[in-house]
Amino acid sequence: MDGGGERWQDQLYDLLRRNNVTQFAYVPDAGHRILIDRSLADPAVHSVALTTEEEGVALLAGADLGGARGVLLMQSSGAGNCINMLSLAKGGRFPMLMLLSMRGDFGEGNPWQFPMGQAVEPVLEAMGVIVERVEKPDEVVPTVEAALTMVFQSGNAVAVLLTQKLLGAKAF
Amino acid sequence: MAMRYPQGVDVAAAVAAGFVLDRCEAVPALIGKPDDFLIVTGLAGTARDIAALTHDSAQIYTMAGAMGGAVMIGLGLALARPDKRVLVATGDGEILMNVGALATVAILNPANFSILVVDNGHYGETGWQKSHTSLGVDLEKIAVGSGIKRTRTIAAESELAEGARLLREGNGTAFVVLRVAPAEPPAYKRNFDPAVCRNRFRAALLGNG
Repeated sequence: MDGGGERWQDQLYDLLRRNNVTQFAYVPDAGHRILIDRSLADPAVHSVALTTEEEGVALLAGADLGGARGVLLMQSSGAGNCINMLSLAKGGRFPMLMLLSMRGDFGEGNPWQFPMGQAVEPVLEAMGVIVERVEKPDEVVPTVEAALTMVFQSGNAVAVLLTQKLLGAKAF
Repeated sequence: MAMRYPQGVDVAAAVAAGFVLDRCEAVPALIGKPDDFLIVTGLAGTARDIAALTHDSAQIYTMAGAMGGAVMIGLGLALARPDKRVLVATGDGEILMNVGALATVAILNPANFSILVVDNGHYGETGWQKSHTSLGVDLEKIAVGSGIKRTRTIAAESELAEGARLLREGNGTAFVVLRVAPAEPPAYKRNFDPAVCRNRFRAALLGNG
């Protein structure tokens, strides 16, 4: 089981695998590096590199049609790229688990990141996505565990925001 | 039955460019026995092609929105069910909205996955405006450039058998462009409720799980 000294990122990957998540879709981001690397090294899952985040929304809908579970990993800027495709979640009630590494919030030094970063919550909520924020390492696993239930048991779309309070702001 | 051309479409230009096949005959000929596939369709034309062919069966998932998503829904399904053959049937306009998905498919190259683009060179649902494929864009070349190895463009009846074989066999993802006349797709009223269609599809494939 998860050791006390293990990184939260490894605990998170193990949690997703214990819950039968087998499709890991992503546009690369530093905040998801460990999850992406572990999915690439895991022969029991499909590690799906996307060209744009909306592909991942559609991929997860297809996974669900086939009885499989997936997760979509992206940076906050990718949320905007997903909006119309999230019609699948709201209209089709496809379960949708998204983990977003935030930019354009706490301590951000790149002004280009603010417009989308600050719009993530209202924009996702406008499309019917439930948004949960995580600010401390010991909140990651319980929050994603709750999200897994909300998504795969209750049929929702849930975005867990890994904030810059958790991840730290990128230095410029 | 004779093809029905919408008003205002430049049929002579389409014929000169090789858009001549009747989709109402060519699509069924390419697919053969539809029960051999799980089928995801794009919007409008291809949704009607496949709904008419299968009587809107529970083995198809047709879209009427979320444009640009058909190929990726098919990929997620193909990865989830390597025991089944998955076919995406979509239009030129729908696939043009997200050609990046072809790159995503190519690097995984699932052997149980085929993509059929019914290319009429037009946005038939919105007033028959010309699409990029009427103006020089070649979807097969985009697929090749994306890294998909097994590709074909079918523009004549004599080529249909080869296209049909490609969709059903092989050790990597197949990509077939079916060039058709800019004429009306079959008239068919399918179920438009995306949640009902999801449940129907899952119940047929997965049982009550």
